[in-house]
Amino acid sequence: MILGYAGKFLEVDLSTGEVKETRFSDEVLRDYIGGRGLAAKILWDRLGGRWETVDPLELENILLFLTGPLTGFFPGGRICVSGKSPQSNGVVGSTVAGEFGVELKCAGYDGIIVSGEAEKPVYLFVKDGDVEVRDASHVWGKDAKQTVATLTKECRALLSKRFPMKGEWKEPSILYIGPAGERKVRTAVVAAKWTHAAGYGGYGSVMGSKRLKAIAVKGSGSLPEVADMDKVRELMQAVCSDVYESELWRRWGTGSGGYEVGAKTSSEPVRNWQEEWHDEKSFGVDQFESRVWVKPYWGDFGCPTTCLKVAVVKSGKFKGAMTDNPDYELQAYLGTNLGIFTPEENVFLASLIDDLGLCGIQTGNVMGFAAELFQRGILTKDDLDGLELKWGDAEAFASLARKIAFREGIGDLLAEGTYRAALKIQEMKKADVLQYAVQCKGISIGAHGIRSGKDYPENYSYACSVQGGDHTSTACLPLDDFRSELAMMFNDSAVYCYFNIFGIPRNLKFEFYKAVTGVELTQEDWINTKALRILQLQRAMLLLGGPDLKWKPKIHDSNPPRFHEPLPSGPYKGKTVEKAEVEAEIKRYYEAVGWDENGIPKSETLRKLGLEDVDKALEKLR
Amino acid sequence: MSTKKEQIWIARDLAKCSGCRKCEIACSLFHEKRIWPEASRIRVFMLAPGTDFPHFCAQCEDYPCVQACPVKALSVSEQTGAVLVDRETCIACGQCIEACPGRIPHMHPTEDYILICDLCGGDPQCVKVCQEGSWNVLRVVPRGNYAHRLYARKPEETARSLAIKIYGEEGERLL
Repeated sequence: MILGYAGKFLEVDLSTGEVKETRFSDEVLRDYIGGRGLAAKILWDRLGGRWETVDPLELENILLFLTGPLTGFFPGGRICVSGKSPQSNGVVGSTVAGEFGVELKCAGYDGIIVSGEAEKPVYLFVKDGDVEVRDASHVWGKDAKQTVATLTKECRALLSKRFPMKGEWKEPSILYIGPAGERKVRTAVVAAKWTHAAGYGGYGSVMGSKRLKAIAVKGSGSLPEVADMDKVRELMQAVCSDVYESELWRRWGTGSGGYEVGAKTSSEPVRNWQEEWHDEKSFGVDQFESRVWVKPYWGDFGCPTTCLKVAVVKSGKFKGAMTDNPDYELQAYLGTNLGIFTPEENVFLASLIDDLGLCGIQTGNVMGFAAELFQRGILTKDDLDGLELKWGDAEAFASLARKIAFREGIGDLLAEGTYRAALKIQEMKKADVLQYAVQCKGISIGAHGIRSGKDYPENYSYACSVQGGDHTSTACLPLDDFRSELAMMFNDSAVYCYFNIFGIPRNLKFEFYKAVTGVELTQEDWINTKALRILQLQRAMLLLGGPDLKWKPKIHDSNPPRFHEPLPSGPYKGKTVEKAEVEAEIKRYYEAVGWDENGIPKSETLRKLGLEDVDKALEKLR
Repeated sequence: MSTKKEQIWIARDLAKCSGCRKCEIACSLFHEKRIWPEASRIRVFMLAPGTDFPHFCAQCEDYPCVQACPVKALSVSEQTGAVLVDRETCIACGQCIEACPGRIPHMHPTEDYILICDLCGGDPQCVKVCQEGSWNVLRVVPRGNYAHRLYARKPEETARSLAIKIYGEEGERLL
């Protein structure tokens, strides 16, 4: 028997209200591990045969919340959210930090598989083996803070009522959506703890389409039995000891990115990527520390890094706004990318984005895109419902974010995300606006540019990723490089925070896996077989796509046009990415992962990995 | 030959808590040989995000829980000053929870006896991990007269105090 798993998955059909338990064979768990890998397997098995016709925002999509065997053991707890993505029409393994995964395993489940859609708003309340679909009409329409407060109180009251002799009940762990998810905004997140989000993929809108406002879980059991607890303890200690010696993320969170990325490597989005550099002093994390941070360390289950910091605006017009750091991505996307360079305005926007249940990256990207169109006179004040979308105007961007979340006016169009909005505006304005859309396969690019070559050195990082613009899952060669998409896939399949792996020996995560599960896994086996198999599944579903959009590798395995413009400022002024060089690299990458010259996984590759049915399904693309 | 001087106490600075819950992990590994947050004698509450804090026995001067126990299952360790639970004697009646000003004791999730911090026999594991990570929420100090009941607050009370401390006047509406 394979250890480290609770041993069963919860299946909930919201159309019928039916709740049951499902198990996967040891063989499936060995091959696909959990989280992202298992999501690809489940989605292929259940929807693969009709993938192109499944609308991600309709009844037939499946929404997955999956832990992995290392969840709760490897320091830094997370949960993986997946399904057919309304952004890429493929599969994204989108993880969010917090205690949800730990609570779920302690409740006896490795994951939750949600199908169907409820007639009226509901939330799930899981207490060990008791699973209830409860009315959520009183929290429908509520923002993040109201939703968390209401459900925390409500669930604790239920627990105290049902189990009065147990003493005080701790809060359950809650995943939820905000108003944006309820309105099926494609840049909506599945969120936790106000500020934590599974953003890439847009699964908040899938949750909204199912009228599932939240899931609250309280598990009173222990984490599952492991193969060698002494070894697990030793490895936990090894990871923590390593982190304790590293000061960068403990002290500054990822906020040091303003210095490291914005100034040194010159790869931070500024005004919709028209620049990728700013003076380090103009938006330094030290200013955040002195002006808005009220708590220097905040973290999630078992985390030695605690890279989060709680930020509150203490005075002035944005007084009362609160969020975490913001982390680097939101400092960039709700800061520099919108021409905003003050911590208070940045915290204000991040706090609002949290409340609305929007993704800071995807929404910051589409708002920057709209602002550039305004700058160029393509979108006018009239088009923007009277908004003057000037760089640096935090209140104008706040109004736009609300319009997006509630799908009002121009917000309804931008709620489709950068790529889909660009296609529509292109038609409306008869102008080539795709050249300003900084995204890849429907997913806006994380705040790490490739033009300077000093941050993400591969010019095909995003072009070849099976998760598009996701900066946590980029392509690189050799395939066994610790940064490669195949290597990163392990973190999101075993499900823990990859921020805790940077200094540790490469083999440690596989040792950890063995100590927990009892199953031997070598890096070679992972990269060349198991991860490669998951990659092919993700690639196949991405290319099958549909129903509204399909990707053609010849066209869409490419960089946003902006990345082929020279950098206009900074230490790498003039540097750019040459198309011919990218094409040569893409060819090399295709060969390495066993795709033909058109980017389609080869029969031979798929058959070797035992994916005959995938091979058959891809026939029509060849 | 234990004397009062050798007794210890865990000093606590709740506002510093990062919410990492390594104390829960260490406590449950020590007492239960498993990672088991709900069976940990120290539990981190997060009634509003960012206001995470550990909730565990403050060893009040007059030990109201020990006095309230109808079957004498609770006693005070001479060596450490901790409240010790005789799990065979405990009848899981919950009267110690009612007697505790902070409602700190809680029932074992699967067994019929109460869980109260026993200071790990004088070498508290939660303090070690908290110090190791240099969060320093927890520190071992010699037991003294520390206005113990100030630390024995109900979760809602502590959460409210911390919410106001961290988030200012907005704090209360977050709970």
